Amino acid sequence: MMISARGLRKSYGGIEAVKGIDVEVSAGEAFGFLGPNGAGKSSTMRMIAAVSPVDAGSLEILGMDPATHGSEIRARLGVCPQEDSLDNELSVMENLVVYGRYFGLSRAEASSRAKEQLAFVQLTERAKSRVEDLSGGMKRRLSVARSLINQPDVLLLDEPTTGLDPQARHQLWDRLFRLKQQGVTLVLTTHYMDEAEQLCDRLVIMDNGVIVAAGSPLELIAAHSTREVTELRFGVGDNESMAEKVADLADRVEVLPDRLLLYTDDGEQASQAVHDRELHPVSSLVRRATLEDVFLRLTGRTLVD
Amino acid sequence: MISGVKSMRRTTQGVPGVRRPSLADLVPRMMPRLVDYWVTVYRRTWRGSVTTFLMPFLYLTAMGVGLGSFVDDNAGPRALDGLTYLAFIAPGLLATTAMQTAIGESTYPVMGAFKWHRVYFSMAATPLRVADIVGAQLAFVAFRILLTCTVFLGVLAAYGAVGSVGGGIAALLVVVLLGVAHAAPMIAITARMKSEAGFALVFRLGLIPMFLFSGAFFPITQLPDVIAWLARLTPIWHGVELSRMFTVGSVDGWAALGHLTYLVVVLVAGWYFAVTGFTRRLAQ
Repeated sequence: MMISARGLRKSYGGIEAVKGIDVEVSAGEAFGFLGPNGAGKSSTMRMIAAVSPVDAGSLEILGMDPATHGSEIRARLGVCPQEDSLDNELSVMENLVVYGRYFGLSRAEASSRAKEQLAFVQLTERAKSRVEDLSGGMKRRLSVARSLINQPDVLLLDEPTTGLDPQARHQLWDRLFRLKQQGVTLVLTTHYMDEAEQLCDRLVIMDNGVIVAAGSPLELIAAHSTREVTELRFGVGDNESMAEKVADLADRVEVLPDRLLLYTDDGEQASQAVHDRELHPVSSLVRRATLEDVFLRLTGRTLVD
Repeated sequence: MISGVKSMRRTTQGVPGVRRPSLADLVPRMMPRLVDYWVTVYRRTWRGSVTTFLMPFLYLTAMGVGLGSFVDDNAGPRALDGLTYLAFIAPGLLATTAMQTAIGESTYPVMGAFKWHRVYFSMAATPLRVADIVGAQLAFVAFRILLTCTVFLGVLAAYGAVGSVGGGIAALLVVVLLGVAHAAPMIAITARMKSEAGFALVFRLGLIPMFLFSGAFFPITQLPDVIAWLARLTPIWHGVELSRMFTVGSVDGWAALGHLTYLVVVLVAGWYFAVTGFTRRLAQ
């Protein structure tokens, strides 16, 4: 077991960010923490990174207690923080070597590993560029390269693709997928459902400091949503009244300002039934249920600020 | 395997938050790993220190020579225990420069490493421990003080204000100690400050009064008793007295030991609070 937490709690200034969670991550797994902002994901990650002490509960990382073996644990973790903490005035290469030295690598070893990692994240040509001049996607890839300099057993990624454009996201996912294939345990936080579906073998959805659901993406969809969703648009103002007329056609009907969502195992059949009742939506669309449906069902649609 | 079950079981730490450091937590072990980082910092900033020699030159010309001739002509030789005014203020300027360099290096640069470029946080994510991070920061400040004060001492010597080579070297070591004895508590304070706005207060209520009433420019016995006693409580006064003993070449053993002890105590206390301050800030 790489990470094992029981009843984990953390407060900041009287506000309880993590309210007693149990998590286990085994070797080689890609594990995700999903949740809206303020759910307690980052606080949990900081405890797992052995930088923030545990208030209550127990936590073991790589079989060690972070309260007594923080330094030893951190030596075997890779950490890719949410805000890039790269040194903007140094070159790409210098950033990696300086960081490698923190792990006690010799200069020669640090620079040979740096070259390896730059090739891995496809930044070899930029080795001499100042970090300041890199794009957001390149900086994030450099952060990943830096977090791999100590050849970690577990890689922690806090919202790895937030703020990146689609090309940069896919490029990063591809690199993370390769790491997973090499047997590196990945632990990531995200609020992107597609990211979780792409990368995670198993995940937990956190809300308000507690875990509200756990499982593989498919298990979560099966447990908390129907197989398919039919989206009906009746025009603004009509959706509410139409909801009653189709309520019996689905397991659950959700009314949004611009559309109705019919949760059902057979979306086509529901769509047909709507037409048979001579109700004529402006548009109708059948799609598979996604993790996003699960997420919104469990954590609500209200904005958390 | 996974659930949101709430448990109130407490770990060894007992109370939430950061525990008090043990003796082992206070001792740096991996400082050499940070040398490469601090070399990059030095490479980026050394140009700013090229003109270091101008400061002592300006001070000595204006105060040592200009004001000094006026003092020496009017006060008579016994006013400053037989010293010329130049010889009297030279060690004072050396010591206050060490203090100013120390405070300067322990305010904005330290705040920046927490708040703006966050380098302490990336260090804290590695096997490095808080004592290593604090130790390397303080060692860098000491290095800065050593460079600045060496140049300063060279100018003082050129003005004939240093009694002997040995005395000069001893004074240099004293002011480096004096510097870190200021830097450690200042780092401890900066680590606890949310915003850099408070530095103005630190400079106005701390640095400037200590600079003026340190005994660098006139004997503190000239001050009202209360202020003179307050001045004796500041580490800078001890540093000025001690470095003056060495540049002038008249060392009073017991007094010197007292001053040294005071500075070491301040340094050790500052170190402790710097480590606890960093521990708290880095755990956030």
